[in-house]
Amino acid sequence: MLLAKFVPGEANSVAIVFFLVFVGIALGISWWASRRTRTTEQFYAAGHSVTGFQNGLALAGDYMSAASFLGIAGLVALTGFDGLIYSIGFLVGWPIVLFLIAEPLRNLGRYTFADAVAYRLKQTPVRLAAAVGTLSVATFYLIAQMVGAGTLINLIFGLPYSASVVIVGAVMLTLLLLGGMIATTWVQIVKAVLLIGGATVMAFLVLGEFGMNPLDLFGTAADENGDKVLAPGSLISGHWDALSLGLALMFGTAGLPHILMRFYTVPDAKAARTSVSWATLFIGFFYLLTFILGFGAMALVGQGPIKGIDEGGNAAALLLAENVAGTPFFGFIAAVAFATILAVVAGLTLSGAAALSHDVWVNVVRHGDAPEQEQLRVARIATFLMGGFAIVLGIVLQGQNIAFMVGLAFAIAASANFPALLMAIFWRGFTTAGAVSSILVGAISALVLIYVSPTIQVDVLGHEDALFPLKNPALISMPLAFGVGILVSLLRPEPSARARFVEAERRIMLGETAGPAPARSAVAPSRAR
Amino acid sequence: MATRVRDSEQVAPPQTRPAARLDTTGVADDAELEALASRRLRVALALTGAMLVVYFGFILLIAFAKDFLAKEITDGLTVGIALGVLVILTTWALTWTYVRWANRVYEPALARLRR
Repeated sequence: MLLAKFVPGEANSVAIVFFLVFVGIALGISWWASRRTRTTEQFYAAGHSVTGFQNGLALAGDYMSAASFLGIAGLVALTGFDGLIYSIGFLVGWPIVLFLIAEPLRNLGRYTFADAVAYRLKQTPVRLAAAVGTLSVATFYLIAQMVGAGTLINLIFGLPYSASVVIVGAVMLTLLLLGGMIATTWVQIVKAVLLIGGATVMAFLVLGEFGMNPLDLFGTAADENGDKVLAPGSLISGHWDALSLGLALMFGTAGLPHILMRFYTVPDAKAARTSVSWATLFIGFFYLLTFILGFGAMALVGQGPIKGIDEGGNAAALLLAENVAGTPFFGFIAAVAFATILAVVAGLTLSGAAALSHDVWVNVVRHGDAPEQEQLRVARIATFLMGGFAIVLGIVLQGQNIAFMVGLAFAIAASANFPALLMAIFWRGFTTAGAVSSILVGAISALVLIYVSPTIQVDVLGHEDALFPLKNPALISMPLAFGVGILVSLLRPEPSARARFVEAERRIMLGETAGPAPARSAVAPSRAR
Repeated sequence: MATRVRDSEQVAPPQTRPAARLDTTGVADDAELEALASRRLRVALALTGAMLVVYFGFILLIAFAKDFLAKEITDGLTVGIALGVLVILTTWALTWTYVRWANRVYEPALARLRR
């Protein structure tokens, strides 16, 4: 090899060049998008002008985090089959989004998922509760991404951890403040193409070493590390643990605010449908590749060297890239990993900012009646606050377990956001009090159960035992959120919400032009269109 | 009220007739719309159910039938890995089924309602 080899924690010139090229592309996109971001419609929803195919790519770019690229490849490399359980779990939520959520959400709302929940309910309480749900999911997910970003950039580029977090935060804030959702969308599209392209090339190179036969690859991995790597092992030990994790992964996807927000970037429900089907295709293809990449790293790099750099296996994909195609390809994959983080934190920060500015400020404080210029200004201030918050959390919480934070975010999303959204869309008898109690009970029970679970009590605090036996709370907290929402709605019916169900149904199917605007229309008409 | 309508009908039939027609089609629309909405819900629930059965079937096998999943089909391929790939392919198949139904049945029905 002509170029310097990858040494963790030391600056690698090839990686830095690719990194700078990508930052340049991201800033170019921001500048281009800033000239197209003049209204809140454009800032939050890219002017509803993204096509279904583009949004499919952007959804894939928004969803496939560094945790799923580096994390799952590493998990498969170290545990084999058990890692694949995550690959599959992260995919199966997408059909649920397609069948139940995407189209109604697109037609009921404007910028946030709270728009859809609050459509025929009382605005203030529902939006405040939904903001709690959104902000808790976004915060835990952001912590995971920022901590991951700091660790990764430190590993690849040799920068100090805090400086790495600040750099990611600064690039993200530039992107969001200048170009809002338009810039975010295109960075996510570029990232998805780079990530899927890079992973495909790497998978081909790996398979090339095994006569293009994946079974030879799996067989070699099993010969070197024992047959156990091709079968379920100890990563998911308890029966109920497996079920609870499965529930959180499947229904969490349908409650992630940054994913739900993407459906407003397309012009109509049909495009929302198209975008999920493309996203499912891309994401499924990518997770199939993780089978090859994970076992490839296991067979070609070996578990010892992978663990030598990072106990959690996060370096597996990077080491594999260097192994199969040398340092230039490693530099490319490292830059892709950075792009991956940037695209996800941008989407998350924007969704948190939208909850603060659109739901809390415009619809609660200003009762849905704020001038366009003020809305846009508040949106940017909220973005700045949310981004600053993410940077601080990333620095303060260095060393936190990333997988745990992601699991927690999915559990809260599945418990706080998904039940209320589903019932608001499909159940005539759902009420304001039902929605508020469902969201709050879902969020609080998920948080409390996580705190008394082995994940915190045993793994973090080092206690012998935990009060609650499950590592993931979704098995209890999600049914609880549904139960409370149903019970409260039945005990105190809300005739006005029931009366508007047909109108909501009409709007879900026929779109915005079909019925009168909601009682307190979310937004003043946009000026430049 | 009734007489007035009749009066105006006599005086200016072109004005009231479109209004009256709009009204009746509006009522018919609502019934048809609700029927189509519940039809979409049935399809969505059936497909959601299929996804749940497939995925949680897989999870239950992981939880309760580890030995079955560890069986080798051929060298390098266990039942577990084969089923894992099948779950991903099923995800695609169910997605495709829904999109095809939506494009062939749901969208044309919606287009009729819109008219």
